[in-house]
Amino acid sequence: MNSKLTRRRFIKGVIFSGAAATTGAGVYLANAQNGAGTAERLINLNINGRTRPVDVMPSETLAYTLRYKLDLTGTKIGCNRGECGACTVLIDGVANYACSVLTHNVKDKAVVSIEGIKSADGTLHAVQQAFIDENSPQCGFCTPGQVMSAVALLSSNPRPTREEVRTGLSGNLCRCGAYEHYINGVLRASGQIA
Amino acid sequence: MPSHDVMPNMELYQPVQVEDALAIADRLAERGWLVGGGQDTYGWLKDRAKTADALIDLSAIESLRGIRETADGIEIGALTTLTEVATSDLIRGGYSLLADAASVVASPQIRNIGTLGGNVSQDVRCWYYRRGLSCYRAGGNLCYADTPQGMNREHALFDQSRCVAAGASDTAPALVALDASMVIQNLNGERVIDARDFFVGPANDIENTTVLRPGDILTSVRIPSTWANAEFYWEKVADRNVWDFSLVNVAAAFKTTGGQIEDSRIVVGAVQTTPRRLTDVENAIRGNSRNADTAEAVKELCTTGARTLAHNGFKVPLMQNLVKRAIVA
Repeated sequence: MNSKLTRRRFIKGVIFSGAAATTGAGVYLANAQNGAGTAERLINLNINGRTRPVDVMPSETLAYTLRYKLDLTGTKIGCNRGECGACTVLIDGVANYACSVLTHNVKDKAVVSIEGIKSADGTLHAVQQAFIDENSPQCGFCTPGQVMSAVALLSSNPRPTREEVRTGLSGNLCRCGAYEHYINGVLRASGQIA
Repeated sequence: MPSHDVMPNMELYQPVQVEDALAIADRLAERGWLVGGGQDTYGWLKDRAKTADALIDLSAIESLRGIRETADGIEIGALTTLTEVATSDLIRGGYSLLADAASVVASPQIRNIGTLGGNVSQDVRCWYYRRGLSCYRAGGNLCYADTPQGMNREHALFDQSRCVAAGASDTAPALVALDASMVIQNLNGERVIDARDFFVGPANDIENTTVLRPGDILTSVRIPSTWANAEFYWEKVADRNVWDFSLVNVAAAFKTTGGQIEDSRIVVGAVQTTPRRLTDVENAIRGNSRNADTAEAVKELCTTGARTLAHNGFKVPLMQNLVKRAIVA
């Protein structure tokens, strides 16, 4: 906890000077930049409905920022190459691999990670509850990513067919092979099986 | 090979206007690396197989996004995502060949961020090259894939020239089949190049897969109405239905009158560095019906000139069968 407080205090300390350095840089309309024309490191991130200032390296991925700077470790890093889906998050409502997106790409966007989908009163999202009811996870490592893909699918397609669920979750590997249970969970969350 | 969680530290430029991007790309030249969706880029950088001093992130340039109708067809911004290409009513309407190809690239999440411009500009698939070995394509003087012990079942059948890597794009064959053209800008202006001339093989340039050079930015793809609403056929065969790259794919367009083929385009992907248009087959089937006899008659012609490697011989019948299915369908 101490290290977190220190980091937060540090960020608070530098945020003012960071903002001052970018004023007058009118050329790059939307994107803040530093004196060299490259991206300003200190940015505001909208994660799970909360805006936080974070110091982000230029080539840092969103998965790295979430886990190691914001302590949102529900987002898993499996392959770190966009080949497993464990790091899936929603960016402006669209499912993306957090390991294969630069954090600097999401500074004007709303990011939702697995920590951000339950209700304010702690009630689980329908997908989470359905995955519990269907015993969908086995080891559970891929589950956060499966949940996020399912949430993205149901927001654009509230009553998907079994085949549409298969396609919607096709970007998420489960090495336990619990695919059918996840598909049942999505169908349950969509109210198609009880 | 060491595994790295993070990419090396680099400068990051995020222009929001194409003019600024062109100026930065020109100034940085070889030191800069253009990024669209980044789905090919980040692997190279994480593996330290390639490096750059600076990333030029194009994703904030709104003018490079979107699909619009033109006087003669459609124009697709290079930063349009593959999901947008796959689901666009405009593309599904008249040019479903491209939508079908885009819909089976990689996985849903990758299609959500991967761009059309990036898909056609991605580097070849060869595990030796991508591992960072000093092969011909990487500036060395050896091909690791075409050796007695080399693993090359996914490699090229045609136009090998020292390098035997195969191209990986699914949308590239569809764009060649649709007679698309690529709009490229640099500080000196704009040039428009036919899709079939956009891609280059190792005999002409072993270190690049396209005509893009430092300072160039692919800004859009134009598809003329020539093949709008033609009879299309798309099929991709891969070891795995998601994520995996094509072992062979085929993109075909036919115009028929009274049951006879008036004109066609048959383009096969993943059998050489560039999309392979089968002009001889197109000529041979002209005037015939789209049936099994016509398809069987050109079976051997499809793969004339193929030079198989130790492990990719299966691609010959695979390619013949895909072309036959395209003709019959």
